[in-house]
This record gives sequence, structure tokens and C-alpha cells, in this order.
Amino acid sequence: MKFVDEFRDRAKAEILVKEIERLLARMKRDETRPLQIMEVCGGHTHSIFRYGVEGMLPKSIELVHGPGCPVCVLPMGRVDDCVAIAERPEVIFTTFGDAMRVPGSRKSLLQAKADGCDVRMVYSPMDALALARQNPTREVVFFGIGFETTMPSTALTVLQAERERVENFSIFCNHITIVPTIKAILDSPDLRLDGFLGPGHVSMVIGDAPYEFIARYYKRPMVIAGFEPLDILQSIWMLLRQIDEGRCEIENQYVRVAPRAGNAVALKAVAQVYELREFFEWRGLGSIDHSGVKVREAYAHFDAERKFAVPNARIADPKSCQCGEVLKGVIKPWECKVFGRACTPETPLGALMVSSEGACAAYYQYGGVKRGRGEEEASAA
Amino acid sequence: MNMISFPSRRPRGKVHAPTVTLAHGGGGKAMKDLIDDVFVEAFDNPLLALLDDSAQIDLLGLAQYGDRLAFTTDSFVIDPLVFPGGDIGRLAVCGTVNDLAVGGALPLYLSCAVIVEEGVSIDLLRQIAKSMATTAQEAGVKIVTGDTKVVNKGACDRIFITTTGIGVVAAGVELGAHRARLGDAVLVNGLLGDHGAAILGARGDMALQSPIESDCAPLQDLVASLLDAAPNTRFIRDPTRGGIATVLNEIAEAAQVAIEIDETATPLRDEVRGFCEILGLDPLYLANEGKIVAVTPPDEAEQAVDAMRAHPLGRQAAIIGNVVAGEPAGRVTMRTIFGGRRIVDMLVGEQLPRIC
Repeated sequence: MKFVDEFRDRAKAEILVKEIERLLARMKRDETRPLQIMEVCGGHTHSIFRYGVEGMLPKSIELVHGPGCPVCVLPMGRVDDCVAIAERPEVIFTTFGDAMRVPGSRKSLLQAKADGCDVRMVYSPMDALALARQNPTREVVFFGIGFETTMPSTALTVLQAERERVENFSIFCNHITIVPTIKAILDSPDLRLDGFLGPGHVSMVIGDAPYEFIARYYKRPMVIAGFEPLDILQSIWMLLRQIDEGRCEIENQYVRVAPRAGNAVALKAVAQVYELREFFEWRGLGSIDHSGVKVREAYAHFDAERKFAVPNARIADPKSCQCGEVLKGVIKPWECKVFGRACTPETPLGALMVSSEGACAAYYQYGGVKRGRGEEEASAA
Repeated sequence: MNMISFPSRRPRGKVHAPTVTLAHGGGGKAMKDLIDDVFVEAFDNPLLALLDDSAQIDLLGLAQYGDRLAFTTDSFVIDPLVFPGGDIGRLAVCGTVNDLAVGGALPLYLSCAVIVEEGVSIDLLRQIAKSMATTAQEAGVKIVTGDTKVVNKGACDRIFITTTGIGVVAAGVELGAHRARLGDAVLVNGLLGDHGAAILGARGDMALQSPIESDCAPLQDLVASLLDAAPNTRFIRDPTRGGIATVLNEIAEAAQVAIEIDETATPLRDEVRGFCEILGLDPLYLANEGKIVAVTPPDEAEQAVDAMRAHPLGRQAAIIGNVVAGEPAGRVTMRTIFGGRRIVDMLVGEQLPRIC
């Protein structure tokens, strides 16, 4: 398959792995601990496991799987709100597929559907708008979820609905922003990370500049990375080169897709429709200031939160969960007390077990750690 | 109500209504007309014409094929009822025929029980019955008994079909997942995931137009050629729901062995790969309806592949992996196209398209 297979080339991968080993060998570093690199985005986590990238890397590099899976970090209270909206008889509740499995305190959307709610899987918010046009007597609600990657598409859908004067369409906005979250991780006292792989598809929208503070104030290097396995290996190599040369910069490996200045049209639509919330609750990380957006007053009639009274209850994460520590790289998924026992993909307790992009679910699914927790190498190296 | 209680010489009833109503399930003339006109008409065969309340099959006739009876049943519910490459009728015949075939049996007779929701068009029902008849002929089986029920609107999703099949296993044929041994080869007869991708595409939820057709096909001939060429074949299974990943895990678990497959050797249609890339699905978990996974001793693997490739339903047959040492028993791994390795586990829940 053109434009895909080129980025999965085994021979090139071997060259890169050798280069990474060479760099590591000559690098001056604390040999008592591995270099910890966080891939912020769940899409990276998925690729790393899907292609077995972790097992190809030297043992002295440890990948820490970050908070960038929007499905995982959705708190239970917000899922309860979704279910409450979906339970209204007039509502057709539309959502991306993998958000259907996220557990709420009462049930997931998948369970709500089984109980008779009209919950439908869509692939784009535009499909939800089309449903609204086709069903003028129903209220169609789209579950807006995701980072800056998916934010423009819901914003543009709201603007389209406004132009067409579609009155029975609204979005339940749970969009979140990545920058305050990375900052929260960097501010954490137990931080040990040596560098970041930046979320390429977020940068496709916001560009490089919003990450500058990571290099400038926190003195950590970042490489904005693509999602194919060669992208990931090359980005790790670029990151090591920065560390080796004592540089702390925001570099962009994914220039073929993510322009340095971002996407002006997308940013304009986002700014037009959304404004920052004072704070937003994250599963596993707690409340983070300015980490979410809401629909502006001018588009209130497309805002499901205003249109329907939602319970908006804060439900605390289960106490036994150690998602926060896993997210910050303090412990590995299998070191969590409940991993593979009380917390499995069938019955996830914590954020990271929910979606296949979550670190714990990825280890469970592709790492096989459930077959023996003591078994060190999850990645079938 | 048994359709075979109406000898074929008797003048057959005709349905005049355009759609199925509860009257067609009431046991009276409307029901007899429906069974005659739609099912007996399509399935017509000597056994069906001769028999009464149950189909009676001569034991000596069966015994000529082998020394054991194989008996299986399966229910079919699918949306959409008609999809690229098949329909629920073809699926209902293939599903049961293939369950018999992969056990090493020669499939011979089927039953067909249909639950119809009121309001279904007679033409659609007729189309599906015809499709069952054509597929049965292709599979060399006869549909010799059946039942029809009509239920209220909403009590089922248009048409549900249950088929039960019997077949005969030849003396000496012994297949079982537990028989897999270290070094054995793992084979498939062709491109994987077509059925799952075709159905997802045909549902239209994803607003994706795809040219992918279901691989739905009866496999009794292919399995017979395989067993001729590789008589010591350990095990065959049709990787339907859950895809080959699930079947490989079942084999590894049952035989307490580890299996490694090679992603580059795994046959996939470019369209299916693209479909999975876009939706974030893993083709190893997509359903197949015309595929087998076979485990053979290493010295019979090449001839097994050659035999399958000589068959129209096995042109893309390939050795995709081996039973290996050095991994915990029950584990399935894949050498990825990229050179890494990963574990291929059982699927949890159903695959859902990813957000981004």
C-alpha cells in the first residue's frame, strides 16, 4: 500500500536501531537508570505495540506511555452525563466507536444502547449532522471528544449547522487540550522523564510553537512525531541526538503532515466556537486548569450541556487505581496493584485499561503480562 | 410445522400477498402456501418429496462414507441480509457445511428453520430461499427438513435462520486442536478478513464505500483436497467471528503450544488493509466465511499448500506460521512487517473503530 508500506520498511528500521544503539553507547548519561521517553499520544502507544517497536529498542530506553488517549482520560462523571443525555427518548446519541466502551459509574454507552437508548456509532461529526437533517423530529447529539486533533472537525460541524439552521443538532463537548496536561506532568514532583515524543496530529492543527515552554522552562527536548513505526524510531533517534548534543529543542519529524505554523483555518474555527474552561477533570490525573474547552455563548443552542440538564457529578477514580503514576512513568503498568486482576479490558477500573490506546490495555492485549505478572518483558522482546 | 410433510406431487400453494403477515405463521392455508411457494419450491429434492414429518435417512447409505456421524447446528443473524458476495441464506448453508467440513466430515443433509418478522417482503424471502438452494447444490448437500415461524414486528430483525447439518467422517480421519506439535506449519487458504470488512462496509454506518466482497463459500471440496494431499493434518478450523487470531489462540491453548505467525506471510487484500487502516481495526480479528486455518506436520505443509492452490477457493493459500518453542504454552505471537514482535491475544469485546 503506497504511502504506508514505505514507513514500515524493515531494512530501514534495522539501520535506525543500529544508529540508536551507537548513539546510546557514546552518550554520557546516568547508567543506573534507563532513559525515559514519553510518547504523549495514544496513537503512538498503539503503533508501538502494534509493530513491536519497544522490543526492538535497547533495554536502556524505556518508553513511558502518556496521557494522550482522549477516550482513556474521560472521567466517569462525564460518561454518566452522556448516558443521561442518551436516555432521553427524543435523543439520538452519536459517538466515535471506541468511546462506547468507557465505563461510567452506572454504565457505558454500549450498555445504555443494550438497555434501549438510541446510541449510534459515527465516523465523523458531519455524519451526526446528516442524521439530524434526516431525523427532524429527533434531537441528535454528537459526543465531541478528543484533543486539538478532532476539535476543528466538531467546530466546523457546529458552524455548518449554524449556516444550515439545523436546530435539532448539538454537541456534548468534552474536548481537551494537551499543553496544560504536559505542563501538569512536568510540574509533578516525581517526574523522571528525559524527553517527549510530541503528538503529530495535534501539531497538524496547533503547530510547534505551543510546546516551546517545554524546552525553554523545563529543559526537556521534544520531537513531534508521526505515527508509522519508522516515524517513531526516527523520532527517538532525533531525541537521543538532542540529548547527546546537550540540546533542548522542539523538533518536528512529522513535517510531511504537521506544518510548523499549524493549520490557520482549523485554529480559526476552534477559536470561533470554543473557549477555555477554567478547569477540566481527567481520569487518572484529576482536575487540570484550562485543560478543556466549552462551546461559546454565541453557539449555546448547539451545546448539549446547555440544551439538556446534565447531572454533571464528579465521580472520584477508584482508590486502588495507580493510573496517575503509570501516566507519569513512575511505575510500569504491570506494577500497578490492580493490573490484570481487578482491572482488565473487560472490566476496566482505570483510565489506561479502557481503550486499546491506553498503556495498560496495550500491555494487557499485546504484552501478555496477564500470563504472569512477574514476567518482566511484556513486549515479547 | 414441517415443510417436508407436503409431498411434491400435491398441487403447490401460491403466495399472493406482497409481504409476510402473522397469517403466514398461523398454521392454516396461508402458511402452507408460504412454505410451498417459497421453501419447497426452492429446496425441492427426492428426499423432501418422499418423507413425512421427519426426514428419514438410510443408515447403510450413510455408512458407505465413513464410520462416524458428524452433527452440528448454527444460527444466523446478520445485518444487512443481502451483502456484497452473499446473503443470509448463502451464509446459513456455508456456515453449517463448513463446520462439518473442517471436522473432516463429508456434509450431506441440512435442516432449515426460519424465523421471519411480519412485514418482510415475500420476494426477499424467495431470493434468500433460492440462494440457500443454490449454495446447497454447490456444497453437495440436501435441505431435507425445516420449519417456519412468523413473529410480531420488532420480535426479531427481519429474518433469522438456523441450519443443522449432518455429515459423515471417513474412517481414519482424526482431527483435533490438541494434536498440534512443535514444528508444525500453520496454513490458511487465502486472503483474510474479507467477510468482516464487507459486512462493516455494507452496513453503511461508516460512510465508506468499499469494493470488498464477502468470501462466503462452502469449503467441503477444498478440505477434501487438503486432507488427500496432507493425510496427517492435525487440525482444521474455519476462522469466522473473532478471525484467525481467535482460532490460533484456541489451538495454542488446546495443544498447550506456542504459535508464531509472520505478518509478511499473512495474505490480505490491499482493500482490506486500507479499510482496517482507516478505521483502526486489526484484520486478524475480522470474520471470514470461506477460509480455513490448518495445522499440518512440517513435511506435509508444502503439498497441502499446493493442493489448496490448485482449488478455486485456495488460490492464495500460504504457510503463515509455525508451532514454536521458547514461548509460554498457549501464546500466539506475530513477527511484524516492521521486524518487531507482538503478542496476538484473544479479542476482548468487539472491535470498535478508533477515534483518531
